[in-house]
Amino acid sequence: MAEKVKRVTDIGPPHHDKLMPPICKENYGTWKYHEVLKPGVMVHVGATGDKLYTVRAAGARLVSIYRLRQFADLADKYCDGYLRFTSRHNIEFLLTYDANIDPLIADLAAMGVSVGGIGAAITSIVHTQGWVHCHSAATDASGVVKAVMDVVHPYFNGEKKLPGKLRIALACCLNMCGAVHCSDIAILGIHRKAPRTDHTQVAKICEIPNVVSACPTAAIRPTQVDGTPSVEVIEEQCMYCANCFTVCPSMPLNDPENDGVSIWVGGKVSNARSEPMFSKLAIPYIPNNPPRWPEVTDVILKLVELWAANAKPFERMGEWINRITWPKFFKMAGIEFQKEHIDDFKHAGLTFKRSTQIVH
Amino acid sequence: MAELPETPLLDELEKGPWPSFVTEIKQAAEHHEEARDLLGQLERSYRERIGHWKHGGIVGVLGYGGGVIGRYSDLPDDFPGVSHFHTLRVNQPAGWFYTSKALRDICDIWEEHGSGLTNMHGSTGDIVLLGTSTPELEPTFKKLTEKGFDLGGSGSDVRTPSCCVGPARCEWACYDTLGLTYDLTMSYQDELHRPMFPYKWKFKMSGCPNDCVAAIARSDLSIIGTWRDEIVKDDAEVRKYADNGLDIFNDVVLNCPAKCMKWDGEKLEIDDEYCRKCMHCINAMPKALAPGKDRGATILIGSKAPIVEGALLSSVLVPFWKPEEPYEDLKDLVEAIWDVWSEEGKNRERVGEFIQRVGMGNFLEAIGLDPEPEMVAFPRENPYVFYDLSEDEDEDE
Repeated sequence: MAEKVKRVTDIGPPHHDKLMPPICKENYGTWKYHEVLKPGVMVHVGATGDKLYTVRAAGARLVSIYRLRQFADLADKYCDGYLRFTSRHNIEFLLTYDANIDPLIADLAAMGVSVGGIGAAITSIVHTQGWVHCHSAATDASGVVKAVMDVVHPYFNGEKKLPGKLRIALACCLNMCGAVHCSDIAILGIHRKAPRTDHTQVAKICEIPNVVSACPTAAIRPTQVDGTPSVEVIEEQCMYCANCFTVCPSMPLNDPENDGVSIWVGGKVSNARSEPMFSKLAIPYIPNNPPRWPEVTDVILKLVELWAANAKPFERMGEWINRITWPKFFKMAGIEFQKEHIDDFKHAGLTFKRSTQIVH
Repeated sequence: MAELPETPLLDELEKGPWPSFVTEIKQAAEHHEEARDLLGQLERSYRERIGHWKHGGIVGVLGYGGGVIGRYSDLPDDFPGVSHFHTLRVNQPAGWFYTSKALRDICDIWEEHGSGLTNMHGSTGDIVLLGTSTPELEPTFKKLTEKGFDLGGSGSDVRTPSCCVGPARCEWACYDTLGLTYDLTMSYQDELHRPMFPYKWKFKMSGCPNDCVAAIARSDLSIIGTWRDEIVKDDAEVRKYADNGLDIFNDVVLNCPAKCMKWDGEKLEIDDEYCRKCMHCINAMPKALAPGKDRGATILIGSKAPIVEGALLSSVLVPFWKPEEPYEDLKDLVEAIWDVWSEEGKNRERVGEFIQRVGMGNFLEAIGLDPEPEMVAFPRENPYVFYDLSEDEDEDE
């Protein structure tokens, strides 16, 4: 009789102790300080004087196993087989021998991978799946990210200096898998037209009460179309969040002519100096212009340069704007202030200017 | 293997200094039909400026309700290699540490069973194995577990917890972010693999107020390291920063949100009683200053992206918590929250939105926490206060 093989489940991830370099285990919780040695290279020094060198390499979030094996080979060659990834998709090689730093950087350069992104710099863009893998994308993700990182690359590899950190993030729709809403610069894919409801399908594949309650502005009502239960959308109340589409595939919003991206600025998550802040709307809409989204890369480069030229040391984008005030920012950035910039969702009143402190 | 499709638009994205995802897809396309047809379909999306994926689809591995994202092309006849293109979320090791062997194990499994494409990592923190067909899911899962890996979360479950590099390589870590992440992940395997909540629940662990995993912006429970005693200061090292050109008055003292620092050109004084633990001075002088010795964490609740009722940042739930294994006090708190939210939360209502709906005061009462002034930026400004004076009478009955 065949023995029943036990199926293994619920084992969780491998324990990190098995995967981190011995020097991290030996100095766990007792690191003393760190220094940035040059762009993309830092050293952490332990209480006993142990030194761990980190080389941070540029990472496209979408990587093939063939590339990963090359990284594994480099880790074997220079780092006793240890490496890690950062929260922003970069690859960090963990070295204990400083003479290995430059040969590693040279090998990476030969693969077309630059190092940088540490300290007062721009680092990789946190982003979502876009047209590569998502049904609700209003723009691509990887392509916009690649185009933007190409133009801001001198701020990644240290060729050009910045007053502080600048974090860019991209989400290809309002679901924001990447939670970009607290970034110095956020690129957000948007729709601009109400869903196209397929009335023959709604009752078959969607739960109408769920669809109705999915709408944050109560723009969706149950109705009958040609004797079949369906929903109607009050188009003036729709702000194209696509939450109805999330619960009901028969209400697509994707539209090549009207989809595009919006640009948001001035958010941060760190508590350093000022408290965490949401990003605010800078540019309501830029059409999708693949393959390289030149209007998007132009405006982002301009915003980075403007901030770099005017911010004080350590000042993040949002801190700089709060100091100079938003009207001044719009003027300096040459961005036209429009109706779309004024909030009209919940608690909008809290965003109105409620003082006479105005820079004239 | 057939020729690679013509991709004049995507080819433009192989130019420039940043690593190209197109090159990655092409590399995988040499060996995998899935990647080849992904390339073709993506070129079509670039030409038509629209995505070509159908909505969702429920697929998974036996006994799990999450961890696999079903995906189907809406052009299956043109691109049969991506007619199924499901994603597996694989629970990453805490801190995203790998040995070259562990990384190669994953590559070998994905060489055999999938497209050869990954995300390192997805937004929540998982290893994302991008694109395979339904029959490959179970064999992939089996091989992953043989190598010590398991799936992460998706849908209305505990999403894969994630954390910063923490004490493994950071002097600012105020608690063991990796240890807590691993412990919570293992304690809540059932909740992680079998969706049972009104909506998703995310835990994120950051070791200090710099919050490198953006816990405060994107986790239902954000556990952010902090301290409550004096900043550790080395006056000689402070002087060295000044000698090396750091403008301590303008760039450190004036940036202090509590205005609790003084610099006379010789010595830095910090009035720690008023320090808000913002990290700025420590960030500016990591060799001279460090977080105090009485370290712990602030627990915050409720952040999320805009859908449905608007974006939220997490707000303070426990001003200072001293993490100690096995973290029973934290788990009691989490489970008390889950009880209330699971019972009263609406379908697809994140806990932050739930709190907005029922009121923070009522929520605190329901989970058994006392209100504290640290929980608010300021007390209420309106006089519309609810009182319930009927309680005493009820007790008499």
